[in-house]
Amino acid sequence: MANNNELTDHMSHSYGRYILVWMGLLTLTAITVAVAGINLGDVTIAMAIIIASIKSYLVITEFMHLNTESRTFKIFITVALFFIIITLVLLFSDYSKMQGLIK
Amino acid sequence: MSTQEQTVTTHVHRDDVGSRMGMWLFLFTELILFGGLFFTYSVYRFLHQESFHVAAKSMNVFIGTTNTAILLTSSMTIALSIVAMRNGKKILSLILQGITVIFGLIFLINKYFEWTAEIHHGNYPGSPELISQPPGHILFYGLYYVMTGLHGLHVFIGMIVIMFMMRFTIKDIITPDRTVKLEAAGLYWHLVDIIWIFLFPLFYLIT
Repeated sequence: MANNNELTDHMSHSYGRYILVWMGLLTLTAITVAVAGINLGDVTIAMAIIIASIKSYLVITEFMHLNTESRTFKIFITVALFFIIITLVLLFSDYSKMQGLIK
Repeated sequence: MSTQEQTVTTHVHRDDVGSRMGMWLFLFTELILFGGLFFTYSVYRFLHQESFHVAAKSMNVFIGTTNTAILLTSSMTIALSIVAMRNGKKILSLILQGITVIFGLIFLINKYFEWTAEIHHGNYPGSPELISQPPGHILFYGLYYVMTGLHGLHVFIGMIVIMFMMRFTIKDIITPDRTVKLEAAGLYWHLVDIIWIFLFPLFYLIT
């Protein structure tokens, strides 16, 4: 943080790295479409969410340069995502228990 | 006092880290906006599981998958345009930004055809055919139009923002050592991509 004007630290990123990430993202998309074709019951949606999370992780760390940002950024984003995830987990656990009770 | 004032006037304020952090803070508000919709989706999906499965069957998986690939590719091109700019390749950066805008346009054109087909099938809010369906079915389409519509609006805004970046690039406001504007536009575009990454399986792949 000593020099805020430094010629941003992610100079090390080359074209090749982004193309690799892109290929990874397309592969994951193909996997998620293929998996959706197989009937795995409740696991299907879980698989879709897990793959989507991996894809988002790749986009956030590589394309959005979080891997080269300072720790402050990492803490910021972790806290924000933590609250979103906790809300989702609570919501899911709540509604999955209610399922028998509501029509 | 006078020396202080002097330093203030001669100092050109520039804080790239601060600018990026500001952009991230804005993205968090977007997270709340779409997060709320995702929570709504989850609740209604729990309440109307069967209807959601049936309703999603009419979704065009091919267009959905194509659009996913288009957005992911555009995310790469905007990221590459920043690298190109940092390497001093202004024209290449400009071309990559232009390609990103074109990908955004193709995405919206696909969306137009998709919506037109759905509306043609009578699956639009308030249509007589949709109203005769069970509540879960109506909710699915309501959420589909609101969420993909809001997302489409974001794609449109992103395209305009990137077009401004192209103008800034031409006018040398964005230069190899001043890329923070382009980076902020890139961050926005990537967020739009991430939202689609989640919308795609939730609407197209749950049959």
